[in-house]
Amino acid sequence: MMAATCVQQHPVERITVKGSDTEVNLVLQLAEAFMERHSGVSLSIAGGGSGVGIAALMNGKTDIANSSREVSLAEIDFARRQGVHIVPTIFAADAIVVVTNPAVGMDSLTVAQLGNIFSGDIQDWAAVGGKPGAVSLYGRQSNSGTFLYFREKIVGRDFSPTLKQMNGTAQIIEAIKNDKGGIGYVGLGYVARPDGALHAGLRVIRLKADATSPSYSPLDTAALTNGNYPLLRPLYQLTNGIPEGVVKQFLQFEQSALGQKIIVENGYLAAGPGFIAQDKPSQTER
Amino acid sequence: MRRRLFWDRFFEKSFSLSAVLAVLILGGIFGMLLYNGLRAFGSIAPGYFFSLAEWNPAAYTAPSYGIGAMLTGTVLTTLGAMVFAVPVGIGMAFFVSEIAPPRARAMLKPAVEMLAAVPSVVVGFLGIVLVGPFLAGLFHLPNGLNALNGAILLAVMALPAVVTVADDAIHAVPHTYKEASYALGANRWETLVRVTLPSCYSGILAAVMLGMGRAIGETMTVLMATGNATAFPNGFFDPVRTITATVAIEMGEVPAGTPHYFSLFACALVLFLLTLIVNVLAERITSNLRKRGQ
Repeated sequence: MMAATCVQQHPVERITVKGSDTEVNLVLQLAEAFMERHSGVSLSIAGGGSGVGIAALMNGKTDIANSSREVSLAEIDFARRQGVHIVPTIFAADAIVVVTNPAVGMDSLTVAQLGNIFSGDIQDWAAVGGKPGAVSLYGRQSNSGTFLYFREKIVGRDFSPTLKQMNGTAQIIEAIKNDKGGIGYVGLGYVARPDGALHAGLRVIRLKADATSPSYSPLDTAALTNGNYPLLRPLYQLTNGIPEGVVKQFLQFEQSALGQKIIVENGYLAAGPGFIAQDKPSQTER
Repeated sequence: MRRRLFWDRFFEKSFSLSAVLAVLILGGIFGMLLYNGLRAFGSIAPGYFFSLAEWNPAAYTAPSYGIGAMLTGTVLTTLGAMVFAVPVGIGMAFFVSEIAPPRARAMLKPAVEMLAAVPSVVVGFLGIVLVGPFLAGLFHLPNGLNALNGAILLAVMALPAVVTVADDAIHAVPHTYKEASYALGANRWETLVRVTLPSCYSGILAAVMLGMGRAIGETMTVLMATGNATAFPNGFFDPVRTITATVAIEMGEVPAGTPHYFSLFACALVLFLLTLIVNVLAERITSNLRKRGQ
């Protein structure tokens, strides 16, 4: 108000978005498209990991926190004590892709085998039908939502201490290309290059629920949309309270036809109508 | 006249204030680390903290806080770096100050000092895409993200400190020593090894210590290139996670006031004490050298 009366110009509204490294590139694209259509709005997007974004939202350091995992009840409680009411909005979905070096020599795994590989119980590729050789594990660090999602959903216990905790998804991809026994997990958007081709030197592993069920590739869009691929997760954006003002406009833009088109073009999945804006009243209204 | 006196006083006071400020900041950092770090031992037994238990504060079931493996990782990469940086750095310093013709010296010394200006994230990136695959090929390893990779990168980063300080120490050796040696019929090599080297011995030790201090505290490079696995390393070919990397990875997301939060301060305290010891040793060695020179 002060700025508006003193300076005869539209004040620039600054919105900060922080968190998930899985979402950072996608949200950047969305923000650029949004800013082209709304002058006087400036969005700054930063990564760091879902945990970093959630912490920033609790400390009032960001307007929107990107999170590739669900907020825990403990975090909701902790935030409430700081006077922050976390409201999640689902704006897209992401498939987690398991990739190996082609020299590993196998192309499908069951969810249980994958868990045993990442917990360290399976240490040689021969045990799951690959070329004999030591398993070399790659993952993200504990500030990553993908780390926690994968641990919860696939491993179900602690990761093996030999897991090499890389500093970003791009580093996981670089490392696996150079490691003949390498396996790791990354977001779908990172596997394909901008021209649509896959990264050379990586093999995408097909996953199956158990030994007798058919295996599905995350590159098969039908398997993703009908829920056959086992590693599909919603992507969240968290706000303090019900979104309003420019933040609300931005979230609405993401759910518009154009926003959803950008999401699909970047290798993510559009959130279906029933998938959008579930703000979990049972948890936040306690 | 009075005005000159005023400015004279003013600058005297403001300079002494800046000197005090540096000490205050150091004391403040140490005090904060001590205050928060020691609180970790309210919930974690010190014996357990320094044990070989796994470091896994964000565990699926029970968190565990042992820094033995990380301390080993820091020591492995630092000492490994010294194995490369000390002979190369001292050799380079002797070449630059004693052997190289003036024109080569004018190019070599700034070139080495420029190494210090390369951002650590660039060095770390080279570790992933260049040094790692090279080591993997050379030693037939599945991957090159290990302590050896970190040691080589840290050696490159410690080199400017080692060369600069060692070069200064060699220059401080009085000309008369060398002239006396030549007069007695010693050749250049004998003079270098038997006269110059022993007289600047403590300066070279200080160079080594300063390089070591640089290597212990380096974060981004090791974070990117050593794999960060929490398992205890069985040698240079295993991935390691250093103390610096752990603090950098976990500090951003840890809720304040939890045992995990305080344990990271305790890690930082251990690191601070390590670098403090190394730097104090280096300082004492150089001041001994200066006294002897007078």
